[in-house]
Amino acid sequence: MNATSDVAVVVDGVHKVFGGAGADDVTALAGIDLAVVPGEFVSLIGPSGCGKSTLLRLIGDLLEPTAGTVTVFAKPAHQARLDQDYGMVFQHPGLFDWRSVAANIELPLELHDWSKADRSARSAAMLELVRLEEFGGHYPRQLSGGMQQRVSIARALSFEPRLLLMDEPFGALDEMTREHMQGELLRIWRETETTVVFVTHSIPEATFLSNRVVVLSSRPGRISSVVKVDLGDRTDDTREDPEFFRIATEVREALRAVEAGE
Amino acid sequence: MTTKRMLRTAVTVTVAVVILVALWEGYKWVGDQTGGTWPGTTVDLPVTSNDITMPHVGDIAGELFDDIRAGRQTMPMTLYLAKKAAVTFLEATIGFTLGVVVGMGLAVLMLRWRFAERGLLPWINVSQTVPLIALAPIVVTWARLQGYPDMFGIALISTYLTFFPVAVSGLRGLQSPDVDHVELMRSYAAPWWATLVKLRLPAARAYLFPAFKLAATLSVVGAIVGEISIGTKTGLGRAILDFAQRYAVWPERLYASVIAAAALGLFVFGLVNGAEWLVMRRSRQVAG
Repeated sequence: MNATSDVAVVVDGVHKVFGGAGADDVTALAGIDLAVVPGEFVSLIGPSGCGKSTLLRLIGDLLEPTAGTVTVFAKPAHQARLDQDYGMVFQHPGLFDWRSVAANIELPLELHDWSKADRSARSAAMLELVRLEEFGGHYPRQLSGGMQQRVSIARALSFEPRLLLMDEPFGALDEMTREHMQGELLRIWRETETTVVFVTHSIPEATFLSNRVVVLSSRPGRISSVVKVDLGDRTDDTREDPEFFRIATEVREALRAVEAGE
Repeated sequence: MTTKRMLRTAVTVTVAVVILVALWEGYKWVGDQTGGTWPGTTVDLPVTSNDITMPHVGDIAGELFDDIRAGRQTMPMTLYLAKKAAVTFLEATIGFTLGVVVGMGLAVLMLRWRFAERGLLPWINVSQTVPLIALAPIVVTWARLQGYPDMFGIALISTYLTFFPVAVSGLRGLQSPDVDHVELMRSYAAPWWATLVKLRLPAARAYLFPAFKLAATLSVVGAIVGEISIGTKTGLGRAILDFAQRYAVWPERLYASVIAAAALGLFVFGLVNGAEWLVMRRSRQVAG
């Protein structure tokens, strides 16, 4: 971890307007200020269309802000992308059908010119991390949705980025698989000490995973409140902890306030 | 499993051939009985059923195994046609290869620059409306003036037909990856060519192979038309032209040469099918 940067992500006065100049403009985000410290797990939650995915893409430099700046590890987001400071996981696993599971995990390493031996050593380690040791030679279509998403996480973490950007990664999974994956993600997060920015529309998911839940309002997207979560080490019992319900209720109230305010 | 499938294919093909032969001979028989009209009417049959227009299947088949004099030697018709087909196959192969190179080149160009797509695509479409018969002498004369052998000129005509499906389907295939996949490559800061090689080309394969199959059969058509238009001394086109001129006295021979052309078309189609099977084998795998 980089000792000189005590902030992982800084979003400063960011506006994002889609469309050219004109009446059809859509202001997706307005006046967003957000700081994420290294090792933190931050969730972005809000009604659909609130721009939470847009904010994630701005941090990842997949979109450019109309105004304001995004800084990742004390660098402009663009430089951070070129330096491969983050890994990205989308709602759809987005694995390449024609590549084996191991080859999918090695894709970013190939692009970074790793040697063959280093690549296979790393993909083996990553398969172990996501507990899919026996599946390296399989092809994506032979795997369930949850397993595919685990491969996608392994791919995102394969080059040890310091930041993990996740856009509703468990949105397409059934409830039980989803809870299992959340537990796995927290384990991986603790083992790798990665900083995570996580987009979701699930209140229990945001509450269970995060150190902080950032609640966004829609049209234009603004940060309406930030809920601190202090649940200590999560276990499956945490989901039935009164404190968990109290914080989930707090997030729910914040979201209701957002929807009422529209 | 595979033998079962091969057996099924063999049965299907046999049944299809039998039905075709039965229809042909049945039509001829009806024509003979009625004197060329629909049974019970005075309405003429659409095609005259005499032995010049429609030789008996048996006679055509017999012709394939009869001897033919080629220059100073005599050989069975099958061997004669196979030798001619080999020449046409070589021309078609060159034409196909050049067509794939040119087609893929255009597809990549159009993918890279939107203005190239806007500027080129209409011309690529227009190119296929130019009659091949008019184009052939131009191409061949040019090739001769450059000092190239006629075979190359013929291959170029074949290229003219084959590049089209490759360019059009290739572009669609290269544009086919999901936004998710493209964004993923962007998140890796992958340069344009890496996205092309690691994502777009593999994704395009599902679009390219059907285009290759079409291009393969077109390459044979192009080679035959090219041979006919420049009056080459060999190749299937030459055989077809020779036999066509003597059709009135020996129709079975023209039919035999047409069968040879169809067989060559099937052969190149099969080659591409085999290549597809090899290349797509791994990504076809599903749970099991």
